[in-house]
Amino acid sequence: MKATVLVRPKPGILDPQGQAVGSSLRHLGFEVEDARVGRLVDVELATENRDEALAQLEQMCERLLTNPLIESYSIALASDGTERE
Amino acid sequence: MSGTEPRPLVPVIVFPGSNDDRDASLALAGLGAQAPRVWHTDETLPDGTAAVVLPGGFSYGDYLRCGAIARFSPIMRAVAAFAADGGLVLGICNGFQILTEAGLLPGALRPNASLEFVCRDVPLVVENADTPFTSRCETGEVITVPVKHGDGCWFADADLLDELEEAGQIVLRYAAGANPNGAVADVAGVANADGNVFGLMPHPEHAVDPLLGSIDGALILGSLVDAARLAVVASV
Repeated sequence: MKATVLVRPKPGILDPQGQAVGSSLRHLGFEVEDARVGRLVDVELATENRDEALAQLEQMCERLLTNPLIESYSIALASDGTERE
Repeated sequence: MSGTEPRPLVPVIVFPGSNDDRDASLALAGLGAQAPRVWHTDETLPDGTAAVVLPGGFSYGDYLRCGAIARFSPIMRAVAAFAADGGLVLGICNGFQILTEAGLLPGALRPNASLEFVCRDVPLVVENADTPFTSRCETGEVITVPVKHGDGCWFADADLLDELEEAGQIVLRYAAGANPNGAVADVAGVANADGNVFGLMPHPEHAVDPLLGSIDGALILGSLVDAARLAVVASV
């Protein structure tokens, strides 16, 4: 089963990459209030069971894919459009 | 130092991508320790280990987050157990990042606010000299040690910061106006609650020889060697 994990810097965490991107977009003439840069991880799991997949993905996020102190995540399963924050 | 003083065993862990392990080992040896380099796939620390150093570098290419992958190296289980028993652990730069990712030190390290890699000498204020890592310093003393990092912006939320300040765990701060990375409250080095694990972004191992400028790094590493020597005596 395929899944996508989105990792974001938590609100209030300084995001210099996002600031640089926002500033660059403004230079291009876009009216941008704010931009934040996170990370996307596509994962292909062995299981086809969606509950099992979600449980595994949550563990992956807690243990490795995010640092819970500074990052939040959301999980999207490709098969059925399930999204979990 | 007399020639008969014991040379405490202070292994330096080498991860794939570590690059300051040789400097750390050389500096520690010059200060009276035995500092063999230990590969990250080892599952145990050498017998008689009195303190452990996690060196600077770019373990696992800094992929995902700095230190995030190295923390799962086999040797880290032994380092965590050693720390839990009160063993002295020092993390320098990438070593500091690994220790925060491993949950052995509070806070997290983020990309520098400037987004630029910084490489220069910085003045540091010793906020707490009553630690095994700063005993050769005096509280309030300003020392000069170089930094070289892209991800040194230490972060803790306001509650955590208050707690750490209160407990004296903020050990080193960049001097006013000299914060090179945007770290919260100018924090350059922080200890765990028990005081036996310490991490800092500046590189004391690069400041032990007058040929290279400052020798203030020897105050930090020398303190560790002193404490390691005491730890050996205590365990006999």
